Amino acid sequence: MGYPHKSHPRETPVLSKHFGNPEARRLETWKSLGGYKALQQALTMDPVAIQNVVKESGLRGRGGAGFPTGLKWSFMKLNDGKPHYLACNADESEPGTFKDREIMRWTPHALIEGCAIGAYAIGAETAYIYVRGEFTEPIARLEEALKEARAAGIIGNNAMGSGKKIDVWVHRGAGAYICGEETALMNSLEGKRGNPRIKPPFPAVSGLFGQPTTINNVETLTAVPHILNNGAEWYKAMCLSSPKSTGSKLFSVCGNVAKPGNYEVVMGFSFKEFLYDLCGGPLPGRKFKALIPGGSSVPVITIDEAESVKMDYEGFLEVGTMLGSGGVIIFDDAQSMPRQLARLSRFYAHESCAQCTQCREGTAWMTKILERIVAGQGTFEDLDTIFDLAENMTGKTICVLSDSCAAPVTSGINKFRGEFEALIKGKRSSAVALGAGV
Amino acid sequence: MSHGPSAPSAAPHGQSHDHEPYQPVFTPGSARKKELDDLMTRYPDKRACLLPGLWMIQQDRGWISEDAMREIGEQLGVTAAYVKGVVTFYTMYHQHPVGKHFIQVCTTSPCLCAGADKVVEAFLEHTGCKELGLTSPDGKYTVIEVECLGACGFATPVQINEDYVENVTPEKVPQILAELK
Ligand SMILES: Cc1cc2nc3c(=O)[nH]c(=O)nc-3n(C[C@H](O)[C@H](O)[C@H](O)COP(=O)(O)O)c2cc1C
Ligand code: SF4
Ligand code: FES
Repeated sequence: MGYPHKSHPRETPVLSKHFGNPEARRLETWKSLGGYKALQQALTMDPVAIQNVVKESGLRGRGGAGFPTGLKWSFMKLNDGKPHYLACNADESEPGTFKDREIMRWTPHALIEGCAIGAYAIGAETAYIYVRGEFTEPIARLEEALKEARAAGIIGNNAMGSGKKIDVWVHRGAGAYICGEETALMNSLEGKRGNPRIKPPFPAVSGLFGQPTTINNVETLTAVPHILNNGAEWYKAMCLSSPKSTGSKLFSVCGNVAKPGNYEVVMGFSFKEFLYDLCGGPLPGRKFKALIPGGSSVPVITIDEAESVKMDYEGFLEVGTMLGSGGVIIFDDAQSMPRQLARLSRFYAHESCAQCTQCREGTAWMTKILERIVAGQGTFEDLDTIFDLAENMTGKTICVLSDSCAAPVTSGINKFRGEFEALIKGKRSSAVALGAGV
Repeated sequence: MSHGPSAPSAAPHGQSHDHEPYQPVFTPGSARKKELDDLMTRYPDKRACLLPGLWMIQQDRGWISEDAMREIGEQLGVTAAYVKGVVTFYTMYHQHPVGKHFIQVCTTSPCLCAGADKVVEAFLEHTGCKELGLTSPDGKYTVIEVECLGACGFATPVQINEDYVENVTPEKVPQILAELK
């Protein structure tokens, strides 16, 4: 279902099948749609066997980094006598990304089932779903569903009569993009400032409350029950290009496009057909110009580059960008790239936790320079300074927020240098006039 | 972090709330006290109840005062200074009273290219708020810009107190304001 649009015939709705159907939120309906069958089965399996099915399926983390999920789970040392934790990352704050929100709004039980299976597979009795503070509706949907699941004995001290304890709780954040970074999320959940931690130790060794912890994205965990129900081979077969990218993926599409929304396609789908067919192409009278395909933290590509891409982890890498979170941001020919990138840079400056000098100073300085260029007061030297800054901001900090600011900015300047130079020379072409909007 | 130019924490606007005596939220036997105590059983360390506890205070008192920081600190065994360190990290906790309707317009790039800046202007104009972060003279509205609300496909999303209003355009602003109770 291409929520909020009707499903396009070329979509493969697995996770999004019931988006838009309020009935699917209720436990009774959800069970009639096959809900909690996978959990029931999982609870009879050895945790390692579950890890192996997930490994075999090829599922990779949908939170941005694309790390293989089964492998991540296998880092958890089972039966070590320590409490283990699963943290579900529902902080969804990456500009351009709004898929987890729809999963939680429409199919809260799907996520709860994924969390319960994930917890069991890593030897945890407790899963926390950390939801960004702004998401009051998703939180309310999850709380209602958890209440139902607890009352029905699906989760709790004797999950589905298995004799095993699995608790799932919602934890509300309070406004901070950085809390989506896994170690910052753990600090935040523990009641601290959301500063990322230095790794190692990695969460599988010392995470939440100092105990072994796995962190997974909402979409990742929601895919798991489908994999158990239909088998690893079924999941692996959803693949149109690279065998390293399997399954279906929700892409959030926003910006200057005819039909923004969430679309679920099989990995390796043609980006060109996706953009023009499923998403309806550009707005009337406009042309696509540039895209940031994986949430705002990845390099900008031009529409020409985008048209050759197969939508999977490897396909986006081939054109020098990343699949990331699958949040596709589209800019058309009426947009000023300098203005958009200045605004993005400001986002990172605002969200920096300020622990690392390169990030705290770099994001702020970069923003200042870009805003100066946009105001028509930039110099050519400013562009050089940005590249210098970017180099210092990349690969040198505790987390990658700093890199995430540099990547779209430097790629954007490289690809749309003419627009920056025109502003510097004081020649604003009408197509990129400041303030151009819809 | 609550620094940076795009979401100034709402400044007080001549209200005298600072001087009104603070009413504790977690008094012995109260529903909130029970809620907090129940919550503590979910975590191995009660400090994990700090964000939830602050939410309870903000829901009941509208903002997080120094007295409130002391109160929740006492409940969880941390100092008021520690609590302040946490409160100031997160943008959603109000450190000052805000208008009855707290209006947050997303202006991050995906929304900006869909015209979010015009939506901000419309809210400022129709609420009588003179600038971002300042509460309107009648105490009813505070408007701020906010970073990505995670609803970019429904540009422009606006969060008014707890609720999202989606696909907001400047033309819809008067009607949205008229419907606020
Ligand atoms: C600054 C920053 C913000 C992040 N925000 C999110 C987020 O909102 N949601 C998410 O799932 N992952 C986010 N991540 C990635 C997480 O750190 C982590 O890799 C992910 O949750 C792991 O889950 P997965 O393996 O299922 O993808 C972020 C990373 C960084 C560096
Ligand atoms: S890179 Fe930035 S956000 Fe990440 S830890 Fe350092 S200062 Fe904080
Ligand atoms: S950029 Fe506005 S909601 Fe994401």
